[in-house]
Amino acid sequence: MLELKDIRKTFNPGTVNEKVALDGISLHLQPGDFVTVIGSNGAGKSTTLNAIAGVWPIDSGSIVIDGEDVSHLPEYKRAKYLGRVFQDPMTGTAAHMEIQENLALAFRRGKRRGLGSGITKSEREQYYELLKTLGLGLEDRMSAKVGLLSGGQRQALTLLMATLQQPKLLLLDEHTAALDPKTAEKVLATTDRIIREQNLTAFMVTHNMNDAIAHGNRLIMMNAGKIILDISGEEKLKLTKEDLLQKFAEISGGSLASDRVLLAH
Amino acid sequence: MSITSLLNALPGACAQGIIWGIMAIGVFLTYKVLDMADLTVDGTMATGGAVCVIMMTNGYSVWVALSCAVLAGMLAGFITGVFHTFMGIPVILAGILTQLGLYSINLRILGIGSSAGTASNLTISVDRYNLLLSLRHVRDLALNNPILVALLFLIVLIAVLYWFFGTELGCGIRATGANENMSRAQGINTNFNKVLGLMISNGIVALSSALYSQYQGFADVNMGRGAIVIGLAAVIIGDVIFSKLFKNFALKLLAVAIGAIIYYLVIQVVLWLGLSSSDLKLLSAIIVAIFLATPYWKNKIAAVRKGAKRHA
Repeated sequence: MLELKDIRKTFNPGTVNEKVALDGISLHLQPGDFVTVIGSNGAGKSTTLNAIAGVWPIDSGSIVIDGEDVSHLPEYKRAKYLGRVFQDPMTGTAAHMEIQENLALAFRRGKRRGLGSGITKSEREQYYELLKTLGLGLEDRMSAKVGLLSGGQRQALTLLMATLQQPKLLLLDEHTAALDPKTAEKVLATTDRIIREQNLTAFMVTHNMNDAIAHGNRLIMMNAGKIILDISGEEKLKLTKEDLLQKFAEISGGSLASDRVLLAH
Repeated sequence: MSITSLLNALPGACAQGIIWGIMAIGVFLTYKVLDMADLTVDGTMATGGAVCVIMMTNGYSVWVALSCAVLAGMLAGFITGVFHTFMGIPVILAGILTQLGLYSINLRILGIGSSAGTASNLTISVDRYNLLLSLRHVRDLALNNPILVALLFLIVLIAVLYWFFGTELGCGIRATGANENMSRAQGINTNFNKVLGLMISNGIVALSSALYSQYQGFADVNMGRGAIVIGLAAVIIGDVIFSKLFKNFALKLLAVAIGAIIYYLVIQVVLWLGLSSSDLKLLSAIIVAIFLATPYWKNKIAAVRKGAKRHA
């Protein structure tokens, strides 16, 4: 479903701030793969995700989604294949627009936007039913501005928007990092449910090692712009936090114990 | 000065307010909907009138002239849009560049057919041409009263915009202004929408300009100077007074137009009180500064009060 071939990206090349962010990333995801991505700050997790989404052009390599080479497509054209949820709850939704208007925008992802109605009556009914599944009571506030919602509600709504048109690939960029633990757990449960129901291929960046172990069928660890660990299947099921810490120490040659970010929770 | 002279001036102020209200709606679309400060309008507010007057004096009908004025305005918006999106120039600077360039172009347009090739103004008499509206009839109780004509344009414009911003394309433009990252993630071509928004906005400004040149009986290369400030004043006055009352998009547009009318009525009163018309630009700047500061200070005061309550 996703094929990354030797992706490289250097920010601010030729300056003192030069940083090799992606140092030859190759990755193949099967349809239905739900991969969790961990690594310390600056390892290249979110950068990989942004490279796939097309936030900026990559220096070299290729990105193929479901057989289609999207390496040179602008961000808005790649959106046809991708559902995205961001770390900041403010990023994924338009605060000054209504809940139903936000959904209507997402409903038209990958379609031509012409002079047809921006939101139809039958859509509204569909959104009502969908919002109900979140169990947050949003179905009764459909014409409320999204800016009135809490961070958790906004992330749940963004999740719904990202999957309203079934994406070839769902990109989750630490989408629970800005939420309190209880809300984060709820949003993760919703994430799991939607991925399972729609049998989605998903790529979830997280700071939380427990979440990375508990969710998905595959786990990737990144360090210094490279994938240093790729575990799936049986091995992933049996994986513990201690295993991960030890593996990281072996591969990177450094001590993970000092890396508080990766150890969070 | 007598109160009669003030009352006599009010219908004119009203007509002016409505025509500039149309302009202010153009400013509203860029400033509020797209969240961009577009300074092209200072130029477009002269271009529309120049195109309209030159075409009418060359024998074209008022409707053809009006349509061409709108197209000219849209072209100006397109150029600012290309400067901004394709060439990466910050939108304020892009607008200033187009506006500056338009000054020369406006002189050329007004000078078409003249021996010098440029002119700074051009008159069009209501006696010789079939104008849609003229300040001569501003106190007539007739169908050709400019207040009525301008009001008709305003209502049709608001209706069309209300429809358009409810379409898929219009919603895309609103989303672009509301959250660009989210828009791109939802497959919206934000650059295209910005250019389109700038074109629509400047087309509306040019329409207002064309109407205004007919109303005053001439087009002048300087008639757009400070237009952005007047437009912002109208947007902000409308917002401050009606934001609690008007939630619907059409009503918000109406609030902008009412804001422009209030602005011109206030100006009329100030003139009546003895201020020189040459001081008006300073006054406009001060009014806009005060209204722009209002929401900021409101928040500050609210924050202080909240803090005080917590400590109580």
